Amino acid sequence: MTQYETVIGLEVHVELKTRSKIFCDSTAEFGSEPNTHVCPVCMGLPGVLPVVNKNVVEYAIRAALALNCRIASYSKFDRKNYYYPDMPKNYQISQYDLPIAEHGYLNIDVNGETRRIGITRLHMEEDTGKLVHQGTITTTPFSLVDYNRAGVPLIEIVSEPDLRSPEEAYEYLNKLKAIIQYTGVSDCKMEEGSLRCDANVSVRPAGSKEFGVKTEIKNMNSFKALQKALTYEVERQIEVVEDGGRIIQETRTWDEGKGVTLSMRSKEYAHDYRYLPDPDLVPMVIDREWVDEIKRSLPELPDDRKERYVGEFGLPAYDAMVLTNTKELADYFEACVVAYSNPKTVSNWVMGDLSRLLNANNTDITDCPIKPEQLAAMLQLLEKGTISGKIAKTVFEEMFASGKDAETIVKEKGLVQISDEGAIAAIVDEVIANNQKSVEDFRAGKDRALGFLVGQVMKASRGKANPEMVNKLLKERLS
Amino acid sequence: MQLYRLTAHELHDLLIKKEISAEELNIAVFDRIENVEDKIGAYITRTKESALESARAVDRQIRDGEAITPLSGIPLAIKDNMCTDGLRTTASSKILSNFIPPYSATVVKKLEAAGATVVGKTNLDEFAMGSSTENSAFFTTRNPWDTERVPGGSSGGSAAAVCAGEAVCALGSDTGGSIRQPASFCGVVGMKPTYGSVSRYGLIAFASSLDQIGPFARDVTDCALMLEAISGHDPKDSTSANYKVPDYAASLINDVRGLKIGVPEEYMAEGILPEVRIAVKKAMLLLESLGAVVEYTTLPHTEYALPTYYIIAPAEASSNLARYDGVRYGFRAAEAVDVIDMFMKSRSQGFGPEVKRRIMLGTYTLSAGYYDAYYLKALKVRTLIKQDFDRAFEKYDVLLSPTSPSPAFRFGEKVDDPLQMYLSDICTISVNLAGIPGISLPCGFVDGMPVGLQLMGKHFDEGTLLRVAYTFEQNTDYHKEFPKL
Amino acid sequence: MITVKDVDHVALLGRLELTAEEKEMFTRQLNDILEHFRSLERLNTENVQPTAHVLPLQNVYREDLVGQHMPREDALSNCPDREENYFKVPKIV
Repeated sequence: MTQYETVIGLEVHVELKTRSKIFCDSTAEFGSEPNTHVCPVCMGLPGVLPVVNKNVVEYAIRAALALNCRIASYSKFDRKNYYYPDMPKNYQISQYDLPIAEHGYLNIDVNGETRRIGITRLHMEEDTGKLVHQGTITTTPFSLVDYNRAGVPLIEIVSEPDLRSPEEAYEYLNKLKAIIQYTGVSDCKMEEGSLRCDANVSVRPAGSKEFGVKTEIKNMNSFKALQKALTYEVERQIEVVEDGGRIIQETRTWDEGKGVTLSMRSKEYAHDYRYLPDPDLVPMVIDREWVDEIKRSLPELPDDRKERYVGEFGLPAYDAMVLTNTKELADYFEACVVAYSNPKTVSNWVMGDLSRLLNANNTDITDCPIKPEQLAAMLQLLEKGTISGKIAKTVFEEMFASGKDAETIVKEKGLVQISDEGAIAAIVDEVIANNQKSVEDFRAGKDRALGFLVGQVMKASRGKANPEMVNKLLKERLS
Repeated sequence: MQLYRLTAHELHDLLIKKEISAEELNIAVFDRIENVEDKIGAYITRTKESALESARAVDRQIRDGEAITPLSGIPLAIKDNMCTDGLRTTASSKILSNFIPPYSATVVKKLEAAGATVVGKTNLDEFAMGSSTENSAFFTTRNPWDTERVPGGSSGGSAAAVCAGEAVCALGSDTGGSIRQPASFCGVVGMKPTYGSVSRYGLIAFASSLDQIGPFARDVTDCALMLEAISGHDPKDSTSANYKVPDYAASLINDVRGLKIGVPEEYMAEGILPEVRIAVKKAMLLLESLGAVVEYTTLPHTEYALPTYYIIAPAEASSNLARYDGVRYGFRAAEAVDVIDMFMKSRSQGFGPEVKRRIMLGTYTLSAGYYDAYYLKALKVRTLIKQDFDRAFEKYDVLLSPTSPSPAFRFGEKVDDPLQMYLSDICTISVNLAGIPGISLPCGFVDGMPVGLQLMGKHFDEGTLLRVAYTFEQNTDYHKEFPKL
Repeated sequence: MITVKDVDHVALLGRLELTAEEKEMFTRQLNDILEHFRSLERLNTENVQPTAHVLPLQNVYREDLVGQHMPREDALSNCPDREENYFKVPKIV
């Protein structure tokens, strides 16, 4: 049987978080009532002209530097001509042959291996408006257009066809998102559309140097959808080839409900974008000093941070990777470490209980009700023995629910650990007296009986007895 | 006294001497419009109420002893491809026949701020594509010197209005000669300023890298006043130059001694009507007699200007006109089965034949496989044409030529033969390709029809153009002629 | 030589629906005009830089500031067909 190799390249669109739009002073804010974030320029009225928002260029350079791209010294805007009702001018101002940046890369970790994925180019362009349909695009009797989003700045990041599996594509997109978020130029929220992804997919016999015919997959609106769509498409293509068929170069849309990719047979005839340099905009000569200044202002990026966590904090590589996945999580972790200097303990709590609670409450680290200092203070109580590990979990959940300090909760609920030997000894004696059967079992060599007795002591103390001391006293009395 | 026959600077003197009121002046011009507009057809929209209101505001300023500008109260016409807030702006196209802009072009705001009164919006070739104003979707405009003939185009309405006394001055736009050629056909002064010196914001785009707004006036002095009022950097136009607008009135000097004037021989070759050539030669002799050095020179790539222009302009136009699709504004065809059908029907019913022809031509030259052969090639030849001028201006202060190969032609003479029509731009398009300023002023008559003299200058050297034009005007009487209507 | 088929394709790209007469006319006229353009082939432009802009302007930017928005009624006032505060268009496919 033939083995196939998958070849994937991703085209990712990221909305930049500038105040105003790319070519006019309308707000670039997400949402709001339809057709209120508009002006004559972004509505494409007769006679209007675009003027470039300098911040867009700066953000694009910032993202490009974080993706190890070479910044162009000379760049320009071009018109991409095609008709669509969500596009006010029926051309999109984009960049064609002289993009702002090219030749970058990012590293992904798959199966414990680091792979470098090439980035062909990064360019700036304007977003389109939004179409609203009743039902789906194919069944709706008419469509409605909202131009609020028209003219919001985008960067498009095109990868090399270096990805070899849907998992790698997933990791690439995840890493790209992390890096862009670190730079602060975008929220990268797929659900709000500030991160969008199309994929070029092909298969070829393993070992072949030539690329197979590719299809372009659109409409993947989540990370999960990306992985599912690509997995489906790869299988579909292999099946077609195995059956002696041929892959047709086409655009396919991911149908989330049916779990399949579908050919987009529409009246959108063969594309011929008729690019031309936009005569309304003048060239950009990018000053090296400006680029250097932007470079200096970049924060520590995920890979560097991960390395530092392993080196400086002695964390396992896995912990370092998870913690640096988003800047917010890493910032949180480090703030904890400043106040409580056992990074591995912090990591365990952040990756364990905290992540679990965040997930369960469908919230993320930026809205975490427990402040880093609060988590650190709780860990100190634990270390000092004021509370037991078991009580700590209860306290932590209460902190998450109420936002109160650990100390307050411990006091209010009387959760301080009992470490007074006399008090514990009294309970131990009582438990021994009431559980003779287990005492005999233990003496007869059944070690498990000890666990039962410890449990009984803990129960009687309502969990507050210092477990180590309980163990010690029980062993003393039973030996 | 026929107020409508006077120039802006003459009227300004009467206003500040309180011999006339601005209201009186505007009423005189509207009376004139009433009397002759049936024969001329210069205006698509007239704005008598708001004009008289602005005029009265100027009168109050004068009465209160406030300073007024040289254009305060002066009745102006605006070509109907410049957006006017709340006032219908059509570009003479069915596709925009009901379009009311929610904003004003920068030039309109500047003129309003200067106190000028807008009397109306003038007819043009649809989307400024044409040389006769016959391509208006609404009606044709007639040449006041002979109503059987075209006024030129595309700014035919503005030229005819100024010529016939239906406005004192006017704004036009010039992409390949659309101010200078109708100025020449109607015997008035018209100027295309340096590309980037007047904001294009609010001008309905035809070919963005060539379009430029400029004035029509009855003499060079008025032209200078208008130019000064509309020039200057505009942060809303990325292609607008950041420069200090000179005092153009200071350039109105009746002296050309020592100036070097080149006459490109390609502009005096066959194809130019012999009578036109004679008129231009007389102008050369006059300027020489006034102390200028006048010599023949050469712009060797002139013959390539026409194809270059007719590649670049339609290509840009095909993209600029894509927005007229019936979604956000303008004409929408009824009964479309889907959106693409709606686009195609709206555009086919909304655009006239010349606009369609240029969209077709521009779409073709930009389409896959042809870009390098046509568009890129044209941009390169544009460089050669620009270099011709650079070299000529190393030696000469100003270049001189006819504005048009012939005086105004008759209706229908060229409208069915696009190439013949395009050839009537032969003397004017190079100026747009090079981005330099050009002015046309009357230099004679052939069979009762005016002939225009074109002067071309260095980038941002409108001052020298005005000086030569002013000197020529002060030593001739052609600008004093007025058509009998 | 441009054929009627080419004219069909170009008309589609430019979203123009042409009548049979228009197709015939444009085929003829475009051929005439393109024939005229052929004179450019005589010029050697191998080492010539293209001129997209006549002025040497570069780096024209605006600051990232939010200005006044159009009142929504202004945005929709010229709209041929609307539904509530949206522009309405026939179905896409």
